[in-house]
Amino acid sequence: MSHSVSIQANQVSKIFGHDKDEVVALDSVSVEILENEFFTLLGPSGCGKTTLLRLIAGFEHPSSGDILLNGESISALPPFKRPVNTVFQNYALFPHMTVAENIGFGLSMQDKPSDEIDATVSEMLALVQMEALRDRRTDQISGGQQQRVALARALAPHPRVLLLDEPLSALDYKLRKGMQIELKRLQLETGITFIFVTHDQEEALTMSDRIAVMNKGQILQVGSPHDIYDRPSERFVADFIGDTNFLTAELIDSNADSSVLKLSSGKTLSSGPSQSALNSMVNITIRPEQASLTDDADLADLRGTVTNVLYSGTDSQFHIKLDSDEDFVAKVQNSGSSRRDWQAGQTLGIKIQPGAVQILRD
Amino acid sequence: MSGDKSLLSKPEQAARLQETKRNLLLCTPALIVLLFAASGPLLVMLFYSFLTPGDYGGVKYQLSFDGWFNVFLVRDIFDDVLSIADAHLSIFWRSIRLSIMTTVACILFGFPTAYFIATRPRQNRNFWLFLVTIPFWTNLLIRTFAILEMVRNHGVVNNLLMDMGLIQEPIQMLYTDFAILLGMTYVYLPLMILPLYASMEKLDFSLVEAAYDLYATRIRVLRKVIIPLIKPGIVAGSILVFIPSLGAFVTPRVLGGGKNLMLGNLIELQFDQGQNWPLGAALSITLLFIVMVALLLYVKNAQRSGIQHD
Repeated sequence: MSHSVSIQANQVSKIFGHDKDEVVALDSVSVEILENEFFTLLGPSGCGKTTLLRLIAGFEHPSSGDILLNGESISALPPFKRPVNTVFQNYALFPHMTVAENIGFGLSMQDKPSDEIDATVSEMLALVQMEALRDRRTDQISGGQQQRVALARALAPHPRVLLLDEPLSALDYKLRKGMQIELKRLQLETGITFIFVTHDQEEALTMSDRIAVMNKGQILQVGSPHDIYDRPSERFVADFIGDTNFLTAELIDSNADSSVLKLSSGKTLSSGPSQSALNSMVNITIRPEQASLTDDADLADLRGTVTNVLYSGTDSQFHIKLDSDEDFVAKVQNSGSSRRDWQAGQTLGIKIQPGAVQILRD
Repeated sequence: MSGDKSLLSKPEQAARLQETKRNLLLCTPALIVLLFAASGPLLVMLFYSFLTPGDYGGVKYQLSFDGWFNVFLVRDIFDDVLSIADAHLSIFWRSIRLSIMTTVACILFGFPTAYFIATRPRQNRNFWLFLVTIPFWTNLLIRTFAILEMVRNHGVVNNLLMDMGLIQEPIQMLYTDFAILLGMTYVYLPLMILPLYASMEKLDFSLVEAAYDLYATRIRVLRKVIIPLIKPGIVAGSILVFIPSLGAFVTPRVLGGGKNLMLGNLIELQFDQGQNWPLGAALSITLLFIVMVALLLYVKNAQRSGIQHD
C-alpha cells in the first residue's frame, strides 16, 4: 500500500441554518485518508459522518476549512468536476434506464466514445457478476442486485475516490455479510480509495484499514480496527465499539511507557502511559472477554457477586456486582476446560489479562 | 362473471350486489351531468351540422351537407366554382400554431416555477402553490381586459417606454398574435405549473445528485434525468393547456381584435352574426376532431420516447 495522502480535510466545519436555528454538523474536522485505503467513518446518526462524505462529494460546501484531493483543493469544485463518485444509501439508480445504461452514465457524461463505454460496462458487469442482467430495468432486479449496479455505476468512471454512504443498510443480514466481502474484494482489485460511512461497528471492524470514530461533529479517534477496539482513547469510542466495562482507578505511578493503577479492590495493574496527574482518579475500560473468572477471590484482581448469567451459544456473559458496587460483565467462552458453571449469588474473583486495561482520556 | 356466481356463497353474493349498487349510486350524479351537459349537446351539434341554416339563425329541418362543405370549401357566388376555404384554413392554422406556442411558453415559464416550488421546504410549498392559484380568483374577462390595458397603444408598457424616451411611437402590441399569445400564456400557466409540480414533487432528488456526481453538468442533469422523469407531468400540463387554447374565445376576441380570429371566434361568428348554425356546428365538431387527433399523436409520441412511470 502506498502512503501518499488521497483526501485531506483541513479544519473543516459545516454549519447548517443560521442564527438561532444554527446546527453545527462538522466542527473543525481534520483527517488524512491515504491512497488505496479502505477508510471508514463510523458514528451514530447525526454525528456528521454523512456531512463529511457529502462535502468530499461536493454536494455541500464547507463553511470553513478546506478539502484537498492529492494535495489540491477541491472545495470550490462542483460534484461533476471531482474525480470522486458516490454509492448512495438508497442506490439512486435511474429508473428510466437499463442496468447497462446506468453503469455507462458517468462515462457517457464524460463524452467517452461508445465502444469504450460498452467495453467498460461489460468489464464492470463482470466485476459485480451481473452480466446476465445487462438490459433489465432497474426496478426488475432485487435489492442486492441494485446494490451491485450502484457499485458498478460508481466504479465505471474509475474515480480516484469512491464514497459509500451506508450502502449496505437496506440489505438483509445474509446479503449484507456477502456484500461486505464483495466490497473488500472490489477495493483490493480496483485499488481505489474507499471512504465508507456506517453506523454499524461490526461492519467497520470487518472491512476497514482504518476507522475514524465520530460523534457530535468531531472525529474522536482514528486508527486501525485493532487500535480502535483494543486502545479506545475515550469513553465514547470504547462504548460505541463493542461491549465494555467502565471502572475508576487511581493512577499511582506513571512514566513514558507505562503506568500503574490501583483498583478499588486495592490490587494494582499496569497499563499504557497516561497524561493524567499522579494520584488522581482515572476512568479505565476493560473488555468483557479480557477478564477471566476464578473461585480464588482473594488472589484475583477484582471480587464480586454474580447477579445474572446470560448464555449465548459460543459464550456466556456473567453480570457481576463488584465489592466496590460497580457493575462488571465478563464474557467466558463455552469451550475448553475452564470452569464456567457459576450461578447467580455466588462470589468469585475476576482476573484481568495483562494489557487489557485502557485509561480513557476523559 | 355469471359462472363465478355459483361459486359464491349467499352472503358473498349479497355483498357483491350491495357493492354494485353503491358504485352505481356514486357514479350517477356525474353520469347525469355528462349526459345532459356533454354528450347531449354534442349530439345536437352533430345533428345540426347536417341541416340547412335558418333565415335568421337557427336551423331548418332539411338535410344538407353545406355546413360540412363550407368548413373546407367555398363556392364562388358568381360562377359556382369550388375553391379551398383559405380563410378557414388560415384560422385553423393560426389556432393550432398559437396553441402550440402557448403550450411551449407555458412549459418554459412553468418549469422553473414548478421546480422552485418543489424544492422549497415542505411546509412552505402550499404557500407558493396558493400564490399560483390567485389569478383564478378574478374573472377571466377582467384579467384579459387588464392585459389589454397593459399592451394597448397608450397602455402602461408603451407609456412607460415613451416616458423613458426609449421609443417615440407606441409599439403596436394589441390586436397582434403576440397579444393573444401573452394573454393565453397568462391564463393557462397555472394549468401547466400544477401538474409539473405534482410530478416534480415525487422526483427523488438523490437521482439528481447521482447524475451530478457522475459528471453530468447542470444542463445535462436537466436533459438526461429531470425531464425524462417528469415527462408525465409535462404531458398532462401540455394537454391541459393545449386543449383550451385551441378553443380559446375570450382572449383572442379581446386582445386579437376582429382580425386575428381563432377557431373559437370563428365558431361564435357562425352562431351570431353569420347566422349559419350548421357551419358553426360543423366547425365545432372539426375542432373536437383536431383536439382528439392532436392528443392521440402526442400521447403516443410521449409513450414511445418516455417511460412508464409508476
